[in-house]
Amino acid sequence: MSLTRRDFVKLCTGTVAGFGVSQMFNPSVVQALEKFVPHVFWIQGQGCTGCSVSLLNSVHPSIAKVLLDVITLDFHPTIMGSEGEVAWGHMTDVAKEQKGKYIVIFEGSVPVAENGHYCILGEKDGKEYTMLETTLEMAKNAAVVVNVGTCAAYGGIPAAEGNVTGSTSVTKVLADNGIKTPVVNVPGCPPHPDWMIGTLVYAINAIEEKGLEGGLGEVVKILDSEGRPTPFFGENIHDNCPYLSKFDEDEFSKVFTDKENCRYELGCKGPSANADCFKRKWNGGVNWCVENAVCLGCVEPGFPDEMSPFYEAG
Amino acid sequence: MSKSSTPAKDGKIKIAIDPVSRIEGHLKAEVVVKDGKVVDAWLSGGMYRGFENILVGRDPRDAAQLTQRLCGVCPTAHSTAACLALDDACDVKITKNGRVTRNLIFGANYLQSHLLHFYHLAALDFVRGPGKAPFVPRFDQPDLRLDEKTNAVAVDQYIKALEIRRICHEMVALFGGKMPHISGQVVGGTTEIPTKEKLAEYASRFKEVRKFVAETYLPTVYLIGSVYKDLFKIGGGYKNCMSYGVFPMDEEGTKTLIDSGVYIDGKDEKFNPALIKEFVKYSWFEDSCSDLHPSKGKTIPDVHKEGAYSFIKASRYNKKPVEVGPLARMWIHNPELSEIGKKQLKDLYGIKAVKFRDLGEDLAFSLMGRHVARAEEALIVADAINDTWLKEIKAGEDTYVESKVPVTGEGIGFTEAPRGSLLHYINIQDSKVANYQLMPATLWNTNPRDDMGQRGPVEEALIGCPVPDTGSPVDISRIIRSFDP
Ligand code: SF4
Ligand code: SF4
Repeated sequence: MSLTRRDFVKLCTGTVAGFGVSQMFNPSVVQALEKFVPHVFWIQGQGCTGCSVSLLNSVHPSIAKVLLDVITLDFHPTIMGSEGEVAWGHMTDVAKEQKGKYIVIFEGSVPVAENGHYCILGEKDGKEYTMLETTLEMAKNAAVVVNVGTCAAYGGIPAAEGNVTGSTSVTKVLADNGIKTPVVNVPGCPPHPDWMIGTLVYAINAIEEKGLEGGLGEVVKILDSEGRPTPFFGENIHDNCPYLSKFDEDEFSKVFTDKENCRYELGCKGPSANADCFKRKWNGGVNWCVENAVCLGCVEPGFPDEMSPFYEAG
Repeated sequence: MSKSSTPAKDGKIKIAIDPVSRIEGHLKAEVVVKDGKVVDAWLSGGMYRGFENILVGRDPRDAAQLTQRLCGVCPTAHSTAACLALDDACDVKITKNGRVTRNLIFGANYLQSHLLHFYHLAALDFVRGPGKAPFVPRFDQPDLRLDEKTNAVAVDQYIKALEIRRICHEMVALFGGKMPHISGQVVGGTTEIPTKEKLAEYASRFKEVRKFVAETYLPTVYLIGSVYKDLFKIGGGYKNCMSYGVFPMDEEGTKTLIDSGVYIDGKDEKFNPALIKEFVKYSWFEDSCSDLHPSKGKTIPDVHKEGAYSFIKASRYNKKPVEVGPLARMWIHNPELSEIGKKQLKDLYGIKAVKFRDLGEDLAFSLMGRHVARAEEALIVADAINDTWLKEIKAGEDTYVESKVPVTGEGIGFTEAPRGSLLHYINIQDSKVANYQLMPATLWNTNPRDDMGQRGPVEEALIGCPVPDTGSPVDISRIIRSFDP
């Protein structure tokens, strides 16, 4: 893998200068990143492809570099060249060959009602494969499962109240079926590209340093109780918000376009959201939800039901 | 599509492509091939999430946030349609600056979506990517015709376009908060008043995007088309199309940058919202959901329904299947072609064309015609950003009007997502969502047969598609992808 030290440091810091490199991303480790290019399968269930589109926004390292040097992306419905049985067959062949060593990434939730019929992913030799059975099969033989997005991690919108598809998180489907592969959740609706790439790079890095088992042990160590890597999800938005002093002084904005005051009364869910958006910001650092409107708490297991109504104080 | 497929006694071979990749969502195509050509086709949408049901009982204002999550490529389109429906239901008249800011947000995502579609979804149909996954494996006979030099240039463009579309997202986020899934558009306008600084940031990013659209994307589409001229002859379909119109140019919503209209059986008609209906005979929904206008719409799944083969409802205009999307819009709006378009049509194709319709029905309604229409439209949107909206916008002037959710009410929002006509309908009772119906572009294009037995537009476009080698049915997904389903 040919990440330069500079790329790596940039990835791990927010866009705002001066927030420093997180201690766990010890730059000395970066030099070791040379050989290990894992096979990765990206499976989409009930989602909107927003996580994939957000991934394409990766800057350091660029998404082109990620695809060409950092990982071998053997399956990704939105960007792969192949289709139909050629694609499906390639995935199952490589998965067999790489058993126990590959990374599987899930985007979107898993509908379990009606035997999984609400989400069909592909077909081979006349048999259709549902998201449910593909999830179980691909997770069982993976080294690690990475759930990107709140749908895969916690169920998200497809699993919200009123759904008829029995939609649930990948995490729960695996637990219910006794699959013990380590799971990392990178929530967000969608997640920031740095959260996804940063987590992947951290895992690759750790595996390269300490071998498969030791490396995965390192990865599990940095997860919080919701399975999220703390370097990205370890701080509360409200506690770090530039408007916090206004909150403490009871100075609240009454309309969205008032940018002077705290957004709490407009419905801001910053107090119950844990992510580093306040310093990392979005899309090249040009803006973020709270500066623009309100935080919806999109990285939390309770999103969206516990966060709505979005525009009423929680 | 296993290569062992041998024809049945009647000479017919059935092949399936599942997944149809490089699209947004889950789609399967099944076709019957006879004598090297497709003679019948079925498209199956393999996923159901049930947003309509999830929205019921919620705060109506949440609809704009929740429905954006239908599509990560065009969330701004859903946010726009939902906000138009909510503006209507809450009876708000937005300010001029609010309207223009919305156009700047949506316009930047139009460009993002068109670039993503051509370069990152469709281009691998014509370009050999790097010899590494995810660009390989491919079909044995991928029909890639570009010479080595042109191919290398195209691969460079693929990578450059990744960056340009990311810059488009930054433009969206400047006023929209973030992308994908913006926070900055709400009932009553936008949550951020553009400042001088942010407008300058938007404009400087836009410069690079516009240059790429005009000088790289547009000529490349024509150039690739000239190497694949035969693809102007396939994928025509019904040649019926529709546009709701998009990008309001006044506060009354009477004038749009791109016209609304309907074109059926060779005749132009004024768009009449009352003539839209959905049919579900071949969709996994209860029959009681059929033959309804969205304001009466119902969405009750029934996965055991006999004969059904898709989660997509069959949307119809006056009971006719109509194509939607860039080709439909360019056909209806019939703008003057770009200078580069006129020149290349003459130099590369020997066609003298000034306006879009000069291409003629047969060339325009085709696989390549759709790519040309999309590229021409990208320049029109870029020009509107440049010549109109960036001039109209007033730094510091209000973009938001306060409103209250009514106890009862209804609203409808019509817009055009980059991939085609989009409608949101909301019915409010007790200040909560009582019914919400969604009709995205995918429903118009990739739908299955309707109650009258008519194929959906993409199904019809597949008829006649050449399949010389059933082991490598490249043109089938090329046609499907040309719609950006
Ligand atoms: S704007 Fe939101 S996150 Fe910031 S202080 Fe107010 S409530 Fe907390
Ligand atoms: S600010 Fe809140 S809603 Fe926005 S991305 Fe971060 S956690 Fe999600």
